[in-house]
Amino acid sequence: MSFDNLETLYRQVIMDHYKNPRNRGTLEGDDSLTIDMNNPTCGDSIHLQMKIEDGKVADAKFEGEGCSISMSSASMMTQAIKGKTVEEALEMSKMFSDMVQGKEIDADEIELGDIVALQGVSKFPARIKCATLAWKAMEKGVQEDQKEE
Amino acid sequence: MDVKELKQLFPVLNQEVNGHPLVYLDSAATSQKPIPVLEKLDEYYRGYNSNVHRGVHTLGTRATDEYEGSREKVRKFINARSTKEVIFTRGTTTSINMIAYGYARHRLKEGDEIVITPMEHHSNIIPWQQAAKATGAELKYIPLQQDGTITLEDAKKMITENTKIVAITHVSNVLGTINPIKEISDIAHRKGAVVVVDGAQSTPHMKIDVRDLGCDFFTFSGHKMCGPTGVGVLYGKEKVLEEMEPVEFGGEMIDFVEMYDSTWKELPWKFEGGTPIIAGAIGLGTAIDFLEDIGLDEISRHEKELTRYAMDQLKTIDGIQIYGPEERGGLVTFNLDEIHAHDVSTALDSEGIAIRAGHHCAQPLMRWLNVSSTARASFYLYNSEEDIDKLVVALRKTKEFFGDVF
Repeated sequence: MSFDNLETLYRQVIMDHYKNPRNRGTLEGDDSLTIDMNNPTCGDSIHLQMKIEDGKVADAKFEGEGCSISMSSASMMTQAIKGKTVEEALEMSKMFSDMVQGKEIDADEIELGDIVALQGVSKFPARIKCATLAWKAMEKGVQEDQKEE
Repeated sequence: MDVKELKQLFPVLNQEVNGHPLVYLDSAATSQKPIPVLEKLDEYYRGYNSNVHRGVHTLGTRATDEYEGSREKVRKFINARSTKEVIFTRGTTTSINMIAYGYARHRLKEGDEIVITPMEHHSNIIPWQQAAKATGAELKYIPLQQDGTITLEDAKKMITENTKIVAITHVSNVLGTINPIKEISDIAHRKGAVVVVDGAQSTPHMKIDVRDLGCDFFTFSGHKMCGPTGVGVLYGKEKVLEEMEPVEFGGEMIDFVEMYDSTWKELPWKFEGGTPIIAGAIGLGTAIDFLEDIGLDEISRHEKELTRYAMDQLKTIDGIQIYGPEERGGLVTFNLDEIHAHDVSTALDSEGIAIRAGHHCAQPLMRWLNVSSTARASFYLYNSEEDIDKLVVALRKTKEFFGDVF
């Protein structure tokens, strides 16, 4: 007996991000966007901070509590959006959401990097919300920021 | 009780999930439904679907007889004095909210107290938080012991002359703790408080005698006891129900309707506004027949043995943390090493084993346990030692799998 199909979900790179999260922590100063979001059905939570400068994500950090999928996704997301324009970040979020729902995506359009490892989530529908939590938080933050301007 | 034979009566259980025979260990969330209940629902909808208590045609009479017949079955099942004390609701949550809105809010005032425990399900916390906020009453908690039980000494301390409501779960949906309802009722009554019991996790598994328990209100859900979803029961002593106001107004619950005022039907119908949960209630009656044919004592005995076996077997797994007391209802809540409960649940699901993972609608309790989530295996009459063995094997594999990737 083996957990063969589990390996499509729990890829090495995911477990690496879970074990050694990138950008975990808080941003200095009070000029960053702060978003708290949780998944009420399971209790996963994320506290995301982003610094937006000249329409670009200058920095991003997160704190959170949750399963390997939600936390590794948060780690990968902060890594991926840093240095990207807000539009690019939103575009990535859309692609990511499509990817984990099993929809076709054009991977050449934007370099997703490590994030592609989460493609396996599409085979585990119960876990899609874990994977998208950090991205939803990012979208919410950016949208609120745009509203203020 | 022949579990193998019994299992044949539950169609859902006889299927493969992810290439493995389904092992269903999530009955505390909802139980599976036996063929007699499914057939009864089918019979109602195909044979005599009609509204109850209105019109005088043949089908309507049959539906009314079946619906009211179920009420009598519930009465007998929980040993209520009269069918006046049995109200069909949408489930435990609705029942508790009806008490909070229709009874408690009319009586509470500033300086009064509502006493609950930290092991309550959200449905027995939030209605009281809201009632406290609306009336200025204070919400107080009987503290938990290290093993997740409460003591009568603490209950005596927390329940005072100012306490108007004591709301407590019979069996905890996370810890499995069985609370001493009879003793709590005595303590509360001596101080003049009314006792509300959340029986969602006890009624499916043990003989309930509301008169022996002594509580004023008792609530439970049909879907956790082999019945359909969408039906539950609010039991109340006739006296408190007479004092309680309806929270839903409309058809079916009225006596006379004038232009500017109306009067209500007598108990229990004044609390059943609108077309009631006819199929649900009829199905619940059949579920009660089904459970009583087997015998609630027999079911309790089976689950007790199974739970003991599960506790013993699970404890042999290195790194497992089990929450709650030794003496418990038919469920075991745990965490495995540092592996998040969702990850454990996904791993088990890939082996066809269904458990619950998360906060179990008990966030204050999760904080008390100092965990963000837990995994829970819960048992019912159709589970066997073989199911537990499969769970244990899969958990060992899960540990190995995540041990490797970590």
